[in-house]
Amino acid sequence: MSLITGSGERTLRVDYLARVEGEGAMYIKLSGNEVEDVRLRIYEPPRFFEAFLRGRAYTEVPDIAARICGICPIAYQTSGARAIEDACGVSIDDGPIRDLRRLIYCGEWIESHALHVYALHAPDFLGYQSMIELAGEHPQLAEQGLALKKTGNRLVALIGGREIHPINMRVGGFYRAPTRTELLTLRDPLARALEQSLATVRFAAQLPMPDVARDVELVCLRDRDLYPIDRGQIVSDRGLEIEPAQFARNIVEEHVQHSNALHARIRERGAYLTGPLARYNLCYDQLRPVAKEAAVEAGLERACHNPFQSIIVRAVELVDACDEALELVARYEPPDRPAVEVTPRRGVGHGVSEAPRGMLYHRYELDDDGTILDARIVPPTSQNQLAIEQDLRAVVERYHDLDDDELRLRCEQAIRNHDPCISCATHFLQLTVER
Amino acid sequence: MPADATVVVIGVGNSLRGDDSAGLEVAARLCGEPRINVRMSEGEGIDLLAMLEGADAALLVDAVRSGATPGTIHRYDVSDEPLPSSPRRPAGHAIGTAAAIELARRLGRLPAKVVVFGVEGERFETGSARSPAVQAAIEPLVAAVRRESRRLLATVAAAEPECGDRSRGFG
Repeated sequence: MSLITGSGERTLRVDYLARVEGEGAMYIKLSGNEVEDVRLRIYEPPRFFEAFLRGRAYTEVPDIAARICGICPIAYQTSGARAIEDACGVSIDDGPIRDLRRLIYCGEWIESHALHVYALHAPDFLGYQSMIELAGEHPQLAEQGLALKKTGNRLVALIGGREIHPINMRVGGFYRAPTRTELLTLRDPLARALEQSLATVRFAAQLPMPDVARDVELVCLRDRDLYPIDRGQIVSDRGLEIEPAQFARNIVEEHVQHSNALHARIRERGAYLTGPLARYNLCYDQLRPVAKEAAVEAGLERACHNPFQSIIVRAVELVDACDEALELVARYEPPDRPAVEVTPRRGVGHGVSEAPRGMLYHRYELDDDGTILDARIVPPTSQNQLAIEQDLRAVVERYHDLDDDELRLRCEQAIRNHDPCISCATHFLQLTVER
Repeated sequence: MPADATVVVIGVGNSLRGDDSAGLEVAARLCGEPRINVRMSEGEGIDLLAMLEGADAALLVDAVRSGATPGTIHRYDVSDEPLPSSPRRPAGHAIGTAAAIELARRLGRLPAKVVVFGVEGERFETGSARSPAVQAAIEPLVAAVRRESRRLLATVAAAEPECGDRSRGFG
């Protein structure tokens, strides 16, 4: 919807953004060809999780934080558990427990990326209102997406004990480790999922897309020799290279009047983008061979700064996750114990992992007995909000000649390039929005 | 309906968002009832599709916001036509209940008989309790869903009940 005032002004408003997780809205004001204002409004009722967690026991973090997001609970459980472990002097960096964490996280990437590609974003590129129309004209494609999501869900449920808000995750690992036989039941579905992922790359590669280059600092984790999922150093393509503990010294968050979420900036530099584009550009060399080949065949360059190509990158990450999951399942031997000992102590801990949508940071301050004194949770979409708004501005500047309906669709598509999960991003105090 | 037919009751909602928890509460109270398979969903439409799989009939229970008096119980038979567009739960998800039903229909996966029960809500803030109006509607809604499922299963032999809230995935 839009209105045109007499002075050559146009205002585009989408009061309710569809096909994103959570609730959000977009506001753009044009004066002639000049973009006067661009705002991404997030008004999902804010979550009070940072406040909820104060006074709770350190052991409760995985269960409570998981409820911030129904689509990426593993991300919250992993970042949260690692932060508590860090506070207690523990770091799970290898061995079967680490493998299980990566494996269940692969499951989350598979189901989240599949949902995004088929249900949330492909319809934009094909001019469909939703996945329903896509299913009507291309039922096999829809079935492919559903099958991929189902396999991701099965993997999460098998290790996590339940599909949403997995109950088997704990500080130090798991309550129960699956048997080898249990994991092997997923070998065939994962092999099929790998084929379906490769088909997804081919499908995404032939979608019509604008040729846009965006210049924004890219930030993600970098792990020793694996594509980043569950741990790593924080790096950027403009020289950032820090331990998770240095997050707050390098990144600041500010309340913005028009949104319930906080805006993040790199100190003295500004907006940054986290997520698949950042991971792809900064950790390309760590992609598994089958994923690299798929990227090459899809026509992706070594460097990719076109946000509209994020959908292809997500498909490449689908391939990587399926291939890694297959390897982890094949070589799995149950650990002696499903969790390592984590003894509470006074102090501060930091944990970062790569949710499907990008880097997720947790920080906890504990008392001697492990009571949580303070909690800080910085979701990826919250970190991306400024970069997404800047993207929107660039899209509007480029496409202002389009009529309002077409421009609005282009803008929505541009927001969905970043797969925002607005449910995650607003878990802080409510702000008053003035118009 | 064949002798081994199953009815799935799917409670849809969010336990942290006030009246949005009503669907989950109704479904939970039907756990263990003979011949009813219960599933819980946060409303992620794609997952609803998976829950519909293999069922001969499905009853969905959800909160809605349509402007009616809070606590009003709506019943929609969507076996042959979509949910009306105005009653809509506050959509926190990419594909909501209505879209999931149409997607299933388009893919030939919709069970022969699907009924959606909606309870009109008024309080959806994160962390809030259910409003008194919706709380008062819970038991009548449970009774309505129970009646509807028994009506559908009137000619069917007893089957093993399943409760979707127990942890699955382990032997």
